[in-house]
Amino acid sequence: MTETPLLEVREISKFFGSVNALRDISLTVHPGQVTCVLGDNGAGKSTLIKILSGVFPPDRGEFLVGGEPIRFTSPRDARSHGISTVYQDLAMVPLMSIWRNFFLGSEPTKGWGPFRRFDVARAKELTSRELGAMGIDVRDPDQAVGTLSGGERQSVAIARAIHFGARLLILDEPTSALGVKQAGVVLRRIVQARELGLGVIFITHNPHHAYPVGDRFVVLKRGRSLGNYAKAELDRDELVRLMAGGAELDELSHEFERPPAELAEYPVDPAEAP
Amino acid sequence: MTTQSTGVTAGVPPAGPDERLTRTSGLTRALRRPALGALIGAIAVFVLFAITDQQGLWLTQTGFQSWSQQAAFFGIMAVPVGLLMIGGEFDLSAGGMTGFTAIITALLVGQLHWNAWAAIVVTFAVAGLLGLLNGYVVVKSKLPSFIVTLATYFLIRGLSIGGVLLVNHGSTSVGLTGPTHPGLTSAKAVFGSSFLKSSALPNGYQTAILWFIAVTIVAVWVLGRTTYGNWIFAVGGDQDAARNVGVPVARTKISLFVTTSTAAALVGVISFTQASNAVSEQGVGNEFYYIIAAVVGGCLLTGGYGSVVGAALGACIIGMAFQGVIYSGWDSSWDFTFLGVILFLAVGVNTLIYRRATKARR
Repeated sequence: MTETPLLEVREISKFFGSVNALRDISLTVHPGQVTCVLGDNGAGKSTLIKILSGVFPPDRGEFLVGGEPIRFTSPRDARSHGISTVYQDLAMVPLMSIWRNFFLGSEPTKGWGPFRRFDVARAKELTSRELGAMGIDVRDPDQAVGTLSGGERQSVAIARAIHFGARLLILDEPTSALGVKQAGVVLRRIVQARELGLGVIFITHNPHHAYPVGDRFVVLKRGRSLGNYAKAELDRDELVRLMAGGAELDELSHEFERPPAELAEYPVDPAEAP
Repeated sequence: MTTQSTGVTAGVPPAGPDERLTRTSGLTRALRRPALGALIGAIAVFVLFAITDQQGLWLTQTGFQSWSQQAAFFGIMAVPVGLLMIGGEFDLSAGGMTGFTAIITALLVGQLHWNAWAAIVVTFAVAGLLGLLNGYVVVKSKLPSFIVTLATYFLIRGLSIGGVLLVNHGSTSVGLTGPTHPGLTSAKAVFGSSFLKSSALPNGYQTAILWFIAVTIVAVWVLGRTTYGNWIFAVGGDQDAARNVGVPVARTKISLFVTTSTAAALVGVISFTQASNAVSEQGVGNEFYYIIAAVVGGCLLTGGYGSVVGAALGACIIGMAFQGVIYSGWDSSWDFTFLGVILFLAVGVNTLIYRRATKARR
């Protein structure tokens, strides 16, 4: 890629007191590309997201947006530069309808002075149109968000970020709480966003979700980068092994192995298996 | 880029008219209106008292006037209390505030002989400041509003007894003294007079009913059709989510407290101009009626859901209950039992409706 990346961080570090939460992490995101950040719990994913989305700045390292060095003062500041973060909690109110949620905080208005009001008709129409454009199957924009499935909720949140001018989407574990089918729905949205020319940072601990949609992979472990790979440089199994810490997983599977007779005492119900 | 070809096409909706919409039945749509339970309840209570009425007054203008006047006093408060509940907060000082504000107006006009309009402006200002205090303390301390406004409630209750005894020569009733009261006639015309006098109803309907209707209409519009209304739902439903998308949570909540106490001042001014008199402790305990009306009207105690029309209908049910029990020849203490039953039924029905309307699909 020779064009300027949408966002680039070079060797950023973050300290909390004596704890080194992140050390020398670098990553780039180009328009129309998905950069996956993988890591187990405690790997530093959350710290990285917070830096990228403007919650706090890095203590060391360079932060470039469109090739220009920048220092965000708030998530709102980041959003005004086209960087939109879809958090795990989604920033949606479950009891409110889809269209009310879609424009929450940025409601379209009409009228003037004391008669300035929420343009409800336009909000409903835009919500239907934006969701339809992404092929999101909501039966009724008046439906409460709480009645949507997890995948649908993520889809609405992504559509909302795109509608409000995001050029770079940061998705924080969008598939982690979802079943297989729902996760597929969300992966589809990621591909759609990429097709629309957006850059996507996809944070996950699931290499099976990351590999199909990712163009670049950054693997974190205990605050450090285990590597920054293009898709051509590694296959799925390598990514899984890298993610699981290679030798550690071998050790674990060795530890869990036992004679078949013993296993039979603890039958696994296929319906309950994750 | 292996998945891109399947990825984009698979999510496209089927062509043709939006057949997905038919899955939302008309019944579900109706049930999604949180005011539905209150409407059914109001009709049921109305019919019940039409049957049990012993004095033949329920279906006359006199009957309508007497319950709607009580409903108005509850409703002017139930509506803002409902908004506050949708915004996720309570105001236990709301009832006491109606009496406290009446006392302020009464002292300023009756004892200090202020121009009535100046007294009314000061009353509204004091109430607004107390609402600001409630809201500010709740938002800043992050304490439950239940506790904060309970403190305010005792504060103003003590003030409206002790303070009045101090300045009013040992009496808790403040009336008009002196020969003239400038501005009182016009203030009375606006707040405490009556309309539609006829031979069937010589005293007409009280102005309070018009105020009740006006407050309801404005609140319906604000909640359903303004940006601020959207924020009220959001701060009650999930204030962290609301904050994340840029809703000014503190400002929204504080303004709801100010609205509630300002509405209490409206009730105080109406009751003083109507009676030319105010008594310490009037309105104390009414906060529960406001909350009952709002809950009967479909407002969730936990916030984020509810209806202005529902709260107004809830106030009508309470007004009807008080008057209907009298017309039915029952002892008036049955009011309370009646309201308890209504509250219980309404919460049950509303919970069913709410679950049905927001039923989660997996």
